[in-house]
Amino acid sequence: MSSVSDWDVPNPVKENRSGLIGKGVDRYEGPLKVTGTAPYAYEVQPPSPPAYGVMVGATIAAGRITDVDTAAAEASPGVLAVWTHRNVPAQPPRGTKAHPRSTAGSKPALESDRVTYWGQPVAFVVADTLENAVAASHMVQLTYAADAPDVDFQARLGDAVDPPGEKDVEVGDFQAGFEGSPVRLDETWSTPIQNHVQMEPCASLAWWEGPDRCIAHTSVQMVKPAQHGLAETLGIDRDAVHLMTRYIGGGFGGKGQTYDDLTLAALAARALGRPVKVAFTRQQMMHGTIHRPATVMRVRLGAERDGRLNAMSIMTWTHCHSDGSFTEHASNFARSLYAAPNRLTGHRLVRLDLPHAGPMRAPGEASGTLSLECAMDELAETLGLDPVELRIRNEPEVDPENGRPFSQRQLVRCLKEGAQLFGWDRRLPTPGQVRDGRWLVGLGMAAAIRGNFLLPAKCSFSVDADGVITVRQGMTDIGTGTYTVLAQIAAETLGVPLGQVVVEIGDSELPPAPGSGGQFGAATAGSAALAAGVNLRKAIADLAVNDPGSPLHGGDSASVTFQDGVVALENRSETLRDLVRRAAPAGLTVEGEIRPAQDAQRWSTQTYGAHFCEVGVDPVTGEVRVRRMLGVFAAGRILNAKTARSQLTGGMIWGVASALTEGNAVDPRYGSLINQDLAQYLVPVQADIGDLEAIMLDEVDDKANPMGIKGVGELGNSGAGAAVANAVYNACGVRLRDYPITPDKLLAGLIAAGR
Amino acid sequence: MRPFTYERAADARAAVKSASETPGARFIAGGTNLLDLMKLEIERPQHLIDVGRLPMAEIEDTPDGGLRLGAVASNTAVAADSRVRGRYPVLSQAIVAGGSPQLRNKATVAGNLLQRTRCAYFYDTSKPCNKREPGSGCGALEGLNRNAAIFGASHACIATHTSDMAVALVALDARVETLTPSGQARSFPILELHRLPGETPHLETHLVPGELITAVALPPPPPGGQTYRKVRDRASYAGGLASVAVAGGALALGMVAHKPWRAVDAEAALASGASPSEAMARELAGASSAGRNDFKIPLVARLGAAAIGEAREGAR
Repeated sequence: MSSVSDWDVPNPVKENRSGLIGKGVDRYEGPLKVTGTAPYAYEVQPPSPPAYGVMVGATIAAGRITDVDTAAAEASPGVLAVWTHRNVPAQPPRGTKAHPRSTAGSKPALESDRVTYWGQPVAFVVADTLENAVAASHMVQLTYAADAPDVDFQARLGDAVDPPGEKDVEVGDFQAGFEGSPVRLDETWSTPIQNHVQMEPCASLAWWEGPDRCIAHTSVQMVKPAQHGLAETLGIDRDAVHLMTRYIGGGFGGKGQTYDDLTLAALAARALGRPVKVAFTRQQMMHGTIHRPATVMRVRLGAERDGRLNAMSIMTWTHCHSDGSFTEHASNFARSLYAAPNRLTGHRLVRLDLPHAGPMRAPGEASGTLSLECAMDELAETLGLDPVELRIRNEPEVDPENGRPFSQRQLVRCLKEGAQLFGWDRRLPTPGQVRDGRWLVGLGMAAAIRGNFLLPAKCSFSVDADGVITVRQGMTDIGTGTYTVLAQIAAETLGVPLGQVVVEIGDSELPPAPGSGGQFGAATAGSAALAAGVNLRKAIADLAVNDPGSPLHGGDSASVTFQDGVVALENRSETLRDLVRRAAPAGLTVEGEIRPAQDAQRWSTQTYGAHFCEVGVDPVTGEVRVRRMLGVFAAGRILNAKTARSQLTGGMIWGVASALTEGNAVDPRYGSLINQDLAQYLVPVQADIGDLEAIMLDEVDDKANPMGIKGVGELGNSGAGAAVANAVYNACGVRLRDYPITPDKLLAGLIAAGR
Repeated sequence: MRPFTYERAADARAAVKSASETPGARFIAGGTNLLDLMKLEIERPQHLIDVGRLPMAEIEDTPDGGLRLGAVASNTAVAADSRVRGRYPVLSQAIVAGGSPQLRNKATVAGNLLQRTRCAYFYDTSKPCNKREPGSGCGALEGLNRNAAIFGASHACIATHTSDMAVALVALDARVETLTPSGQARSFPILELHRLPGETPHLETHLVPGELITAVALPPPPPGGQTYRKVRDRASYAGGLASVAVAGGALALGMVAHKPWRAVDAEAALASGASPSEAMARELAGASSAGRNDFKIPLVARLGAAAIGEAREGAR
């Protein structure tokens, strides 16, 4: 049984003798990416020329396929196969786990004649070239018996149910606390569907080595479930699938699972006896992969006149696929944020004939903070309090939901330092007072919070006769910097330069790690790497003191030091390379692992931040432009100042998008999303993001993991959009509670306000 | 994408000859719009005639004090031309308000004029669209039509023309020069290039099949200030919700109709002494909206009045 107290010992990351931990080291794989030579899944060179598969999506949202005509497609030039549910190779029923410990079950493609969402892959064409496959895919004729799609979320709110296995969480007596409060707020916010729109659409390449072994390259955040799920779908042994995901062009949760591209590539490669590549198009990604579902959030706050909250509630309505249970937990973050004796949080779910909802960057917080953090702004105005001060007055001493002590909580310091650095004291509390040319200028702020997690993981470290350290782990890098921080941990632990470290990840045959998601990646994979590094240090030290040829021979192995590529014991030393070359010419390999501490749940472990934003609003047109933005964050020890900053600023930019531009709407007549490419689905471009800065406070969280680090991947997104929305209000005096705040909506508000 | 044949035209006469003789032929220059549409099989040309390298990229002074823009001059070249920036700032501003630098480097004068609508229902081949597939209906009419037309729409189509450059050219009274399939050169006001949708939204211009735009001629700049204002959801690389070009007493509106919209009623009102707001109200008396684009009417009223004011300020 492990305890967090086991971590309270010196280790090479804490000691940081080479100073590599925390340094803004350039990306390990950066040169490959900027020169276009990093092979993403679709670009890996297969052993023989591949065939190209193209999926065809359903053009109804609900119903059945009643007829299939593939004759024209089959006769089209270069076509090798055309599949629908009628002739796709047999696959085990959905969810089958032939191996009881598989981390994912069978996910059959072209499963049946049943259509449950628009864009569901319903046919598949393979041809000798991509062009031939695309041309033939347009010739597949499908006839449907369509049902009227049940897709109108707002119209179905009254039918919402509790998510499976969940009940509302109440502390104290919310209703009494709310009604007994002299100052009350009761407002409702809504957020739209968002698509992940990763730069790299989902893509797979597969081939077979003999009849029993499938080699698959895909783009996925979690290796083991992808490997297991594919093996179960193919009906083969788990070890018979070798799955690789070396470079990933963005995940954001959307690649936390695999899709039919992987299944169909593997099935077709087996059927055709040659490698097959399959990729989603940009348009197909919108429906064919998961999305962040829309929400409706009712926030109620009851406060004393001095600003102290008596009662706090956030209730979230959201939707998922008709067969699904995914719930956007937009209320959960509020459980640990502000003190209030009477608290009520919960969720309601509507099942619709829409594509599958799923996790997307900062699931829960990204949507949830867009309501509560604006509600706090409104409450501050009602009370005549500064929004920063209102938050400070509601700072809890322990987790307000469960009474657990915080492992670390520097929210107030984030708020205060951010306010000072940003020049928050220049904000005028009355909106619409500041003009710069044609722009009305306003300032807004919001708090950020996101939980921190540690999962079980393994890692191996090797040293070879050249003194090169190789890190191997079934981990992924979705653009976050995993390669780089693993190299830093290895170099720091073994006392070698970064150039002497090789990192191999994204491979099912490497020691398993849970992958990238929930901002647990660096802490989890890194802690396992540290453990492996410490084990390799021991093995090398033992090698040296036991080798009669070593100047360290006969010494105390526990006292051996590692620095600058040299192993030393007081004034005796030799290079790591000389030692290994002589004493272990075949090299050494060790494993290490991390497990969550049994007592970790005794603490409330979160990451925190504060966002400050200045916007301009054109009162003539309702256009909003962000002028500058600052985030101050406290998230444990930072492994890499550069990649961590990029994670945080990337999250903040996402927040700008959520506030101002990003969202997808459903055309209820068809049950499909309206925006299907990046000309219509608007994420920020360079011109939208001016002066943007993220600052990380010094912190070590010794309850989080042996390194004292926490995640930053989701934190930057949490609260960022609310700071923008609050700045819009301060600029022009219009509150919009229906995101995104687009010119059409803001213009209506400006006109209504007589501007 | 469907298989197609390709030729590089030797000269403009050969290009129009080939275009009139080859079934399913289309001209291509920058290809920034046509290739995207071909990949989606919205456009299915059987033959492409590349006119991008013909000697029609010159920007030259005309004897009357105007400027002639060659049909395949890049949008970047026109926007950056010192004569354009000095005498026709509204045109330079409009061009840089469109697309991205990469697109403007490839896109040409004629291609920009002939770009097709960005209506989501036109782009989604699973949805009805009379423009893409005559007779199939209009998905936008009862749909998510936030960006639909408020002038001159029909029951067959409420899509808008989305060029920024064309709006400025309409305000500047530019003329379009073409070569017809019979080899005749002709010239006509740019306002006569595009059509309203009526019952035939798939017909977007009055060019005859095979007719090639060779240049756009600008008359001398009008007296008075010029300005271009575009409203969009994000700061760059986004289609507009509405735009306005002011060139002296001339006023044109963008993204409000199936063609760049010359605001003749507003111009007449201004000429007779109406205030900018009164003039815009006069123009918008003829506007109608379809629900989600209701906001465009007050937006254009406010934007137009502001732009007229800005242009007058700039002229002082």
